[in-house]
Order: sequence, then structure tokens, then C-alpha cells
Amino acid sequence: MSDFVNDFWGVYITVIVVVGIVGLAYLLFSQSRTTVAKGEKVETMGHVWDDDLEEYNNPLPRWWMLMFYITLIFGAVYLVLYPGLGKFQGVRGWTSVGQYKEERAQAEAKYQPLYDKYLKQDLKAVAADPEAQAMGKRLFQTYCVQCHGSDARGAKGFPNLTDHDWLYGGDPSTIKTTIDAGRQGQMPAFGAAFGEEKVKDVANYVLSLSGKKHDAERATRGKETFGAICSACHGPDGKGNQAMGAPNLTDNVWLYGGTEKTVIETITNGRNNQMPAWKDFLGEGKVHLLTAYVWGLSNNTKTQ
Amino acid sequence: METQSTYNYKVVRQFAIMTVVWGIVGMLVGVIIAAQLVWPDLNFGPWLHFGRLRPLHTNAVIFAFGGSGLFATSYYVVQRTCNVRLISDKLAAFTFWGWQAIIVLAAITLPLGLTTGKEYAELEWPIDLLITIVWVVYAIVFFGTIAIRKVKHIYVANWFYGAFILAVALLHVVNSLEIPVSMWKSYSIYAGAVDAMVQWWYGHNAVGFFLTAAFLGMMYYFVPKQAGRPVYSYRLSVVHFWALIFTYMWAGPHHLHYTALPDWTQSLGMVFSLILLAPSWGGMINGIMTLSGAWHKLRTDPILKFLVVSLSFYGMSTFEGPMMSIKTVNALSHYTDWTIGHVHSGALGWVGFITIGSLYYLLPRLFGREQMHSVKLIEAHFWLATVGTVLYIAALWISGVMQGLMWRALNPDGTLTYAFAEVVKATYPYHFVRFLGGTLYLLGMVLMAYNTFRTVTAGRAVDAKIPATTASAHV
Repeated sequence: MSDFVNDFWGVYITVIVVVGIVGLAYLLFSQSRTTVAKGEKVETMGHVWDDDLEEYNNPLPRWWMLMFYITLIFGAVYLVLYPGLGKFQGVRGWTSVGQYKEERAQAEAKYQPLYDKYLKQDLKAVAADPEAQAMGKRLFQTYCVQCHGSDARGAKGFPNLTDHDWLYGGDPSTIKTTIDAGRQGQMPAFGAAFGEEKVKDVANYVLSLSGKKHDAERATRGKETFGAICSACHGPDGKGNQAMGAPNLTDNVWLYGGTEKTVIETITNGRNNQMPAWKDFLGEGKVHLLTAYVWGLSNNTKTQ
Repeated sequence: METQSTYNYKVVRQFAIMTVVWGIVGMLVGVIIAAQLVWPDLNFGPWLHFGRLRPLHTNAVIFAFGGSGLFATSYYVVQRTCNVRLISDKLAAFTFWGWQAIIVLAAITLPLGLTTGKEYAELEWPIDLLITIVWVVYAIVFFGTIAIRKVKHIYVANWFYGAFILAVALLHVVNSLEIPVSMWKSYSIYAGAVDAMVQWWYGHNAVGFFLTAAFLGMMYYFVPKQAGRPVYSYRLSVVHFWALIFTYMWAGPHHLHYTALPDWTQSLGMVFSLILLAPSWGGMINGIMTLSGAWHKLRTDPILKFLVVSLSFYGMSTFEGPMMSIKTVNALSHYTDWTIGHVHSGALGWVGFITIGSLYYLLPRLFGREQMHSVKLIEAHFWLATVGTVLYIAALWISGVMQGLMWRALNPDGTLTYAFAEVVKATYPYHFVRFLGGTLYLLGMVLMAYNTFRTVTAGRAVDAKIPATTASAHV
């Protein structure tokens, strides 16, 4: 057992616990022998404090003693059955890790077939199955809402999953890869390289791409920088690159916000965004259902 | 007036008045954070945010209200049951001003976000040092007074106060061992599961020794005094005292069931928490049975009502605690409102009621009056506090069990039936009732403050004469 760096401590604990429980029982027993005979009057101890404070010496209530003994016996039995006395593991051989594994195995045996039966089906077929969609929605409500919201419309920094705009691609197999392995989206910081003015120029060009209000003069200057630097990821036309998760800048869909201020902030400081990988945690069956549900959010006219 | 022929009532008066003041402050902050849970818009800026006000609430009610009440009553009780003045007026005065300084520092630093992050031990290292100094002086005054007592036997209330002072010193020093990195930042010397275990060894014994043993000391003096009856059983007090102080030290791990804490530690925490049931109830039995032969007084005496109802809540929460420590029960109750309800049945029902009752006994005697300015107001306070407490704990029982059941509810496919936010939504009405209960309790305290003000202004500070020791009590 790795709980103890030294055998001494296990023995130390055991001795104190055993002596403690036996000692409590002895304390109780030692004080339980006098009972009040019928008709006998209980006297005070004969001490008086502060004018009138006195003490009777009534015997311990029988029901209370019984309750005390029962808890002591329960404690002793429990410590024989379960771990407690230092390195002694208890005769039942119970461990919390063991219980966790057992409950998990039971749950998997019970629930996994429900998910696995959809594995054989094509994702689009799963998306068309109302029962599978309901299960997918429940999974989504448990694991995905914290970031993407209970309506799946996302939030600042967390993509909206109900539109047709995809950072990495919206076909079922790409969505599955995203959920399986997670994604790490990174935009480098250009504040230091560009300087304040140049950042503002590029921001105005970016705004112009989706037809937003912008300073035309700045945008013209920004276009040059965009072509030389930004186009490496976002493409010469600013339509992005799903292979590396570079967003399309022409569609007026914004992950962090499309005001001049936010775009400047994005260019200056860069962005670092992470979607966790779920394959090991959820298993293939659940990811399959979730994929179908997420795909269905923007492709099924029936759901949502 | 301050001579060796009188008791030192000055420090008792100071602490007694501040108990009422800090009671109102602490409970007001409690009502504010209860309101913030119902109406999140009430979180204004970082300083008045729930996360910073919550530790202010717990520190104010436990250490400012409860602590001042314990200083006041322990100084009163130890003098009167030892037939001697406190060993040092100067040191006693130092504990008063020192303790108030600690409270004020807490009230400043916690809203500023200066915290160690350890529950009930949030105060940063400079304040921890001050607490240690004040506490050592408190121990010197208390045990020094016991040492020079004029009565041979040490009264049972003093056993409990004494155990409380020693245990809190130990708990505070061990749990607060930390390495300062700047004036207002330190890091605990413990890490990981050891840190968690030390923290809850401290945390549960703060409940056990600060909020239980110490207030049992209060109970053992003020209940027999107000009832005018001898304590029910000396024998019972011996058994439950030793059993209680031995067993409480082991109960901490029940706060860490189903965590990274080793299995053996969790088992011991649960076993000793269950064994704690009988020793805890020993105090309740001794208090309530002291009333046999005086039950009729309950009809007319609201102070006695406070004291007896406090024992009922004490019995209820010390039954509930061992039950919640059972691992299967804990699997449902842990992290839910049930825990907060449980704590408040102890804090409002037991600690609050016994302190309020004792103060109503104490205040007139400290200010040369027969009784409080208005007995009717005590009666009104009693009913406000009772209804408030019942509303509070009933609401959190329901919401706690509901949360536990909703969190574990599964769909036929093994997914969770309820998203977390759905559970939050379902909790809303119960948090409103809790806010209501807390408000009633606070209103009662406002009545008490008014009643205290009238009693104090119409009276005058008196220091009682030390009587000649009676024959039976002689050394």
C-alpha cells in the first residue's frame, strides 16, 4: 500500500484506533454499574458553585448506553470488513478504485450496446433516426453545452454549430475527427511585428472583406500587408483554409466579434483556442452519435 | 471598582455587547449573499461579490459573533465558578482589543480578495500570527484563573471551555502553517491530499471544538442557572466529555468521502463520526433533563425557551451529521444544499440560540438590572428566530435532496437526465425561502440590539462582589 511511507504509521494508526474504541467501551462500562434502586433518591454530588450550581449524579440513560455500544460494535465490525486499520485491507477486499471500475464496467455493459448499434450505420442515416438524434441531444446537453451553449449557438470564442460556417469543415467525417481528436486553433500575434498603425490598416481591410463599415484608405494600405502575410493562412481572397482551421473572413461570421476593436485585438494579440479530444473519454459509439447530432444541427431541417 | 473584591465584568460587558454587534453584521452579510443567490444582479463589483462576501459571512458569524460570545461567557463563567477575579485584567483587555482587531482586519482583507483559500481559515499569515498571540493570552487568562481558583472542584462548564481553548490553539497552528511570499500572500506547507486532510481535520474540529464543545460549556452554566435546577448527571458529563473530545478529532475525513483521500482514512472518518452520535447526545440529555421539575417555566420564560430549543436543534444536527457521514448517504448529500442546511441547523439553531439565550441572562446582570428592558421583545425574538431557522433548514433540506437526486438521475441510455443549469433553476424557489428565513432571523437580532440598547442605557455598569466561599466548596 503506497499510503504509508513506512510500516510504522500503519501500526501507529491501528493501535490508536483499537485502543480508542476499546477505551470508549471501557469508559462506558465503568460508569454503567450503579443504578438507582426503587424509591432511592438521587443525591447531588455535594459540590456547590456560584451560590446554587449543583449536580445530580443520575445513572446514564439505558437507551443512550445501548446506542453508544451499538455504534462502537458497528465501528469495530466495519473496520474488520473494510480498510481502516492501517495497511489491513478489510476482509471484503473493497477499494474505492475497485468499486469505481466495477460500476463503470456495469454501466458500459448495460449502455454501450445502445450506442454501438448505430456504429454500423452511416452518419447521415443516424442523423435521420429520431431516436438516435434524441440520444445525441442528451449527450450534447451533458458534455458540450458548457462551451457551445444549450442551443448550440456558441459564445465568444466558441463556435456556433447551427450555421453552415465551419472552421475545419462540416462534412460528417470531419466533424467526427474534430470531436475525436479535438482541435487547437492558433492565430499568431502580429502586434509587435506590424505596429499599431499597420494593425489598424489590416483590421480595416478585414472588415471590408465582409462588407462592413471601414476606412477605405486604411483598407487599401491593409490589403498589401494582408496579401504578404495574412494570406498564408486565410488565403489571398480571405476565404480561409479549412485544412488548418483558418477562418473565412468574408462571411461576416465572427468567432470573437467583428467590431474594429475586436479585430484589432485579434491581430495584435493573436488567438489560441482549444477544443478537447473526446475519443478516449466517450468511446467511439457516443462520438458517432454526437457527430450525427452536430451534423444534423445545420443539415437536418427536422431537428431544432 | 476594579479591585480584587469584585469580578472583572468589564471585559465580559465589552465582549457581550460586541457579540450582539457582530451578530447583526455577520447575519446581515449572510442575508446579502443569500439574496445574491436568488438575484445574481446584486453582485456589485469585485469587493461585494458573493465569492468574497461568503468567507466574510462565515468568519463574522463563527469567529466574531460566536467567538465574542464565547469570550464573554467563558470569562464570566470561569470567574463565578472559581470564586475569583480573572488572573489579569490587562491580559483580558488585550484579548478583547486583539480579537476585535482580528475581526476588523478580516472585514477589510476578505472583501479585498486577500485569502489563503482555506475554508474557515481564510485569513492571511499576518492575521494568523495575531490570532495565535491573542489565543495564547486567552489560554493564560483562562487557565491562570482556574489555577488560582478558590473552589476545589472545577465546574463542568470549564472542562468544555478549557478543551475548546486547547484544541483551537492546536488546530489553528497546525492548519495555518504557511510560507509567506509577500505581506498578504502565503502558501500552505501542505500539498495535495495531505493539504485537504489537514484542512478538514481543522475544519471539522472547528465545528467540534469551537461550535460544539465551547457552546456546551455555555450550556452547562446557563441552562441550570436559568432553570434553577441542578445538572442532571455528573456521571453523564464525565463520559460524554471524554468521549466527545477523543472522538471528534477523527471525524474530519467525512468531508472528503469519495475523493483522492486514501480509503482507510475515509473509513475511519465515517466510523468515528457514527461513534460521535452518543457522546454528542450526552450533552443534549444532560441539558434537557436538567429541566425535569422545571418544565412549567418554559411557558413563561423566553430565555429558557431559547436554551431548550437550542438543545433540540443541537440534538437534531448531531444526529444528522453522523447520518450524513455514512458513505452511501454522503454520496447523495455531498456538494448539495443539504450540507449548508445541516450547518445552519447547527449554527442558527444551536450556536445562535444558546448564545442569544445566555446573553439575555447575562446582559441585565452586567448592567445592574433585574432583567432585560422588555421580556415581550425576547419572546418576539424567540419566535422570529425559530420560524426563521425552520424555514431556512427545511428549504435547504428539500433543495439539497432534490439536487442530489437530479444530479444522479439517468436516462435509459445512461446519459444525465438533467443538465446542471436545470438543477440550478429548480433550486431557485428554495433559495428564496432560505433568504426569507435568514431575514427573519436577522430581524430577531435587530430586536435584540434594540432591547440591549435600552437595557444598557437604563442600567449602569456593575462589577459583582466576590462572595465568601461556601463551606462545601472550600478547598
